[in-house]
Amino acid sequence: MGDHETSGPLLEVEDLSCEFLTEAGPARAVDEVSFTVARGETVGLVGESGCGKSATALALMGLLPHRAGRVAGGAIRFDGEEMLRLSEKRRRDLRGNRLAMVFQEPMTALNPVMVAGEQVAEVLRRHRDMSRKAAWEKTVSLFEDVGIPAPAQRVRDYPHQLSGGMRQRVVIAMAIACEPALLIADEPTTALDVTIQAQILELLRSLQLRTGLSILLITHDLGVVAQLCDRVLVMYAGQIVETAPVGALFEAPRHPYTVGLLRSMPRPGSGDRTRLPEIPGNVPPITARPTGCHFADRCDRTKARCQDHPPLLDALGPDHHARCHFPVTSPQD
Amino acid sequence: MSTKPQNAKTQNAETPPLLKAESITVEYPVGAGLFGHGGSLRAVVDVDLTLAAGECHGLVGESGCGKSSLGRALLRLTDVTAGRIEFEGRDITHLSTRPLRPIRRRMQMIFQDPQASLNPRFTVAQAVAEPLIIHRLAPNRAARSRRVLELLKDVGLDEDLAGRFPHELSGGQRQRVGVARALAVDPSFIVADEPVSALDVSVQAQLLNLLEDLRSNRNLAFLFISHDLRVVRHLCDRVSVMYLGRIVERADTATLFEAPQHPYTQALLRALPSLEPGAPATDRLTGEVPSPLDPPRGCPFHPRCPVTERPETCFDTPPGLTTCGKNHQVACYAHPQYPS
Ligand SMILES: Nc1ncnc2c1ncn2[C@@H]1O[C@H](COP(=O)(O)OP(=O)(O)OP(=O)(O)O)[C@@H](O)[C@H]1O
Ligand SMILES: Nc1ncnc2c1ncn2[C@@H]1O[C@H](COP(=O)(O)OP(=O)(O)OP(=O)(O)O)[C@@H](O)[C@H]1O
Ligand code: SF4
Ligand SMILES: [Mg+2]
Ligand SMILES: [Mg+2]
Repeated sequence: MGDHETSGPLLEVEDLSCEFLTEAGPARAVDEVSFTVARGETVGLVGESGCGKSATALALMGLLPHRAGRVAGGAIRFDGEEMLRLSEKRRRDLRGNRLAMVFQEPMTALNPVMVAGEQVAEVLRRHRDMSRKAAWEKTVSLFEDVGIPAPAQRVRDYPHQLSGGMRQRVVIAMAIACEPALLIADEPTTALDVTIQAQILELLRSLQLRTGLSILLITHDLGVVAQLCDRVLVMYAGQIVETAPVGALFEAPRHPYTVGLLRSMPRPGSGDRTRLPEIPGNVPPITARPTGCHFADRCDRTKARCQDHPPLLDALGPDHHARCHFPVTSPQD
Repeated sequence: MSTKPQNAKTQNAETPPLLKAESITVEYPVGAGLFGHGGSLRAVVDVDLTLAAGECHGLVGESGCGKSSLGRALLRLTDVTAGRIEFEGRDITHLSTRPLRPIRRRMQMIFQDPQASLNPRFTVAQAVAEPLIIHRLAPNRAARSRRVLELLKDVGLDEDLAGRFPHELSGGQRQRVGVARALAVDPSFIVADEPVSALDVSVQAQLLNLLEDLRSNRNLAFLFISHDLRVVRHLCDRVSVMYLGRIVERADTATLFEAPQHPYTQALLRALPSLEPGAPATDRLTGEVPSPLDPPRGCPFHPRCPVTERPETCFDTPPGLTTCGKNHQVACYAHPQYPS
């Protein structure tokens, strides 16, 4: 314990599956997901709402809801440790410390009856053996780092007295307080205006340079993905359907879902106020996932084979994989 | 001292506007002892807003600048400290709960934080049915369930989710439950507070298309609050840019995006992350982000303002909105059209 491996990826996820208990029995929200995050790397995780991004993140943190959710299989190796075999105590020690998370809805991560600064200071005292005074001073400077105006006053505010974006920044301050090795950030900048967003992204980059931080970034903001990520994972209905270096993903997406996703983006000049291109239909709920390709019902390339044979995540180029029987070859294709 | 903005002239003079808000100010009491000169925090300062039926007005600005507060105030969900709100020709500024009730049905809010705005004990179906029950909008149970399923379908939620509780949904699914609730009562005006922020772009596209249909088919008007400038540009007719409680620029959408006049608007548009991987980082704003707890004297933007040649008044008195083009207003002393 304590000595960290320095070679090999920081995080290795292998065939991770998660289930939720629903009215219809256990249902798979995350279906044999595999990926790695190297040291200092930023990996983006994007995909349809409800596809299992947050569930994946919660499983990595060991924070799936008790009883309602569970890891149904697979392995998670973090810094050489088998996470799924660790004691709850050891996982608690890692959480908020070497492994930190920014939650999608900041209100759920904040205690409504405790002032915001105290919640950050508590993390510092728990993991960093700091005195009350030192932890409080560090908290004020963290508030400043994440761009909260009047930090010395704001640390004393209760969460409901802060605007949505300020709460978000408090949660970010809490996550980076102990300089984690891996930061899992679930929509960390959606509540922020773009000038503050730029400031947060800059802060993450500088932390990365200084501490070698790795980031798993869950976001639907493709602009943020383009600017911050080295590699991207695209998820659909519980599975990873495409993974590629960020440039290749934007220039030559291979999976029909990724192509549809990139196309739905409002762009200036695409004829304002006209209809945006949609992917027809909805994502299947976890209780009714198809047996073949999960995207088959909505795909414009689908053939009989797609309905019966689940496609595998095939290598299609350098570090580029897609789960499709008939991958797209060119943008016009 | 401040130049009063003229009302937006997006409709012809004869048709009365759907919503007319004048000089809205919202203050919150802040705990004593928190601050030497304590008392109150001014979240919204002297804001005017006029909306025509079927109009979509975008509201963008710094996090914490008062967008949600303004939206809530217009719907009388937060008390206004000063100002006047007229809705469908009627002054509603001081209406009490009872006469307000029928009007509530006509104006709805899609809340920013779906987790906090949904009752954790209601299933999805119950949450969407609730407004129908309160406003007696379905003759019987069967009609109500039909309507609920229809609304779920409209916002792209599968029937299978009807029996789930909010904590059993993903973030984007929860957000759409909030949208379905707002649409349930067939309102004429919706304050949509970050309604698509938790949605990936493909679901977002479906929802934006739905809003656009409602606007063109049912003449629904929106105050659309968003940090996503691409979405605002796509959907809105006019846009107001807010900074520290005040409107600093207002224009037709195309004008605002193509010829922004206020230095904050210009910075905002520059900071939009490019969709090209590896695009060079743009220059960013520096300087202290001001706090409404202790607003700077003078122009609210002056501590971060990049304009080099600035008149003394910037540091002294907040500028009012002044007309700088067709349907275009800006609040900046350094602007050539600002009256001296
Ligand atoms: N407690 C639960 N019980 C049953 N199903 C659940 C539960 N929590 C989540 N789910 C379901 O699991 C699936 C994955 O949810 P998850 O929150 O991981 O989605 P997501 O990809 O993060 O979506 P979003 O982008 O909307 O946040 C969803 O379809 C959701 O409805
Ligand atoms: N109930 C309240 N009590 C005290 N202060 C409040 C309250 N609600 C909001 N505020 C303060 O009022 C200001 C404006 O908040 P508001 O939520 O309107 O901002 P916003 O523009 O919607 O921000 P965001 O984009 O982050 O959601 C903030 O400084 C906030 O801290
Ligand atoms: S496998 Fe078939 S249905 Fe699935 S994405 Fe590829 S072409 Fe479409
Ligand atoms: Mg999520
Ligand atoms: Mg808000």
